[in-house]
Amino acid sequence: MPLLEVKNLRTYYITRAGPVRAVDGVSFFVEKGEVFGLAGESGCGKTTAGLSILRLLPRYGRIVGGEIIFDGVNILEVRESVFRRKYRWKRISMVFQGAMNALNPVFRVGEQIAEAIMLHENVSKEEAMKRVKALFEKVGIEPSRVDNYPHEFSGGMRQRAMIALALACNPELVIADEPTTALDVVIQGQILDLLRKLREELDLSVILITHDLSTIAELCNRVGIMYAGKLVECADVRSIFKDPLHPYTQGLINAIPSITGPKTRLRSIPGAPPDLLNPPRGCRFHPRCPYATEKCRREEPAYIEVRRGHWVACHMVA
Amino acid sequence: MRGVPRPLVRVVDLKKWFPVRMGFLASLFKKQQHWVRAVDGVSFDIHRGEVLCLVGESGCGKTTTGRTILRLIEPTSGKVFFEGRNIFELDKEEMRKLRRKMQMIFQDPYESLNPRLTVFDIVAEPLRVHKLADGAELREKVVKALEEAELKPPEAFLSRYPHELSGGQRQRVGIARALVLEPEFIVADEPVSMIDVSLRAGILNLMIDLKEKFGLTYLFITHDIAQARYIGDRMAVMYLGKIVEMGPIEDVISDPLHPYTQALISNVPVPDPDAKRQRIYLKGEVPTPISPPPGCRFHPRCPYARPICRDEEPTLQEVRPGRWVACHLVA
Repeated sequence: MPLLEVKNLRTYYITRAGPVRAVDGVSFFVEKGEVFGLAGESGCGKTTAGLSILRLLPRYGRIVGGEIIFDGVNILEVRESVFRRKYRWKRISMVFQGAMNALNPVFRVGEQIAEAIMLHENVSKEEAMKRVKALFEKVGIEPSRVDNYPHEFSGGMRQRAMIALALACNPELVIADEPTTALDVVIQGQILDLLRKLREELDLSVILITHDLSTIAELCNRVGIMYAGKLVECADVRSIFKDPLHPYTQGLINAIPSITGPKTRLRSIPGAPPDLLNPPRGCRFHPRCPYATEKCRREEPAYIEVRRGHWVACHMVA
Repeated sequence: MRGVPRPLVRVVDLKKWFPVRMGFLASLFKKQQHWVRAVDGVSFDIHRGEVLCLVGESGCGKTTTGRTILRLIEPTSGKVFFEGRNIFELDKEEMRKLRRKMQMIFQDPYESLNPRLTVFDIVAEPLRVHKLADGAELREKVVKALEEAELKPPEAFLSRYPHELSGGQRQRVGIARALVLEPEFIVADEPVSMIDVSLRAGILNLMIDLKEKFGLTYLFITHDIAQARYIGDRMAVMYLGKIVEMGPIEDVISDPLHPYTQALISNVPVPDPDAKRQRIYLKGEVPTPISPPPGCRFHPRCPYARPICRDEEPTLQEVRPGRWVACHLVA
């Protein structure tokens, strides 16, 4: 049984103009000890999917359907008070996007992490601070720096501190939303290596949310590609990069330059991602798809397992 | 120098220091003025028809270099020759005339277009400023520029506002605005970093095609070495306001000579799950450009640093034909 199973999740944002279908029927699972990548362009719903798992949506966000099964329990049916005590941060935590800037500037970094430990576990402040020092060691920050303020940390150190915060209560699943995006290349590489090391040492499951396919290739075991609120393809990382089946995945992979391999002309995907207030009928990718047929315009493709462990939602593949 | 073609742009020992703002008391007691040495002695040539990529991490001075070359900001010292003339010696009127030939494409297409102007007015503005066209001719030139930027059909875009366009379309308007003056040299500052991944390749391809078609010359500023490799001919790597390495891009990527370039390239993620690469770790992070380390600015983080690196600043030297490096250990 996978650690996490998301089944037909639908999360909408209620706006005056109508519901924005940010996540519209998404299903995937995450095994224990694996890094699952959720990739897609801005506005495809990948962050909303992550926030839905932690039930941390903004006030106008609603989970309108689906199930999220974590360790055998549908956590969407768990009462908020119980969810807060037993799940959020205790068993599932998150490294938020742009989180290096999310530390409170007037409190010492160590205290902020100790606070999370004390909220969830019945330990003294001394005990909590001792654990923070151990966490700092684990994420590669000098433990003596627990008494520093955020401004005394560099960007890379702040991101390490946010990872320490996510690990504070020994969770089983960490959702990392663009954990390297705002960092410089050299620091990015170090954070990726840190995440890989933590996964191995702690047998951690990670959902890595990013728009950067290179990061996905470096770190993930399996990948789901999202487009306009839907998962269009999901498979092991090798299949996604070496044998992508969905035209959108193919398009993305042909659109990114690399410092290795022969230099060939990149191809961009025509058009632009749709407005999720009024997504296109049929397959949401059809207005940009080079292979679109009448059926694609009319009928939404089902998301099916075409090979063992390889799911695709495309009329042309099925 | 007979036989060697004159570079279109020659930058000589360019410096741009910004004053660190002092508090009232500090200024009363005449404490020493501190400077952010954003660009601190940079020299390079750009030849006609070439794409030179300026690569480096945030804060290395690449954007300031680009803006100073266009004299959008005045330099602290140094010279920039455009077709042999030092642009910092030109008066206002001469500079205005020269600006026609030197244009810029900005990073953020959401902020660099006036939201209250239509696409027509945005692209027409440079022509009006330079009094190059009006009436039917103005419209014709604007339509042609939009067409060159592959906004098709151009007429459909004329009366639209930036908020009605996608990020990729906005950046194409920014390109049309630069093109409409028929420039020779364009500084492009991270032109695709704010654009959706699926649309980036379209903008890069457009820039390549325009370069071929009009014989343009680019200074392409980016933090993304894969992008630099895709569009560029040569690359200059900056660290803390200095160029540490410069050369043909393929050569620099396959055989980086400066320890910083080596680390940078080893950390670039590769979109291939089978690629097994050894990352080079660097100690610490980039120091502040207010008080850069003495000697070689990279020495506190360099795995090979020796005493000489602390005492003496290395100069950028041509160690092989076309390969320039500022490192005591390579020279």
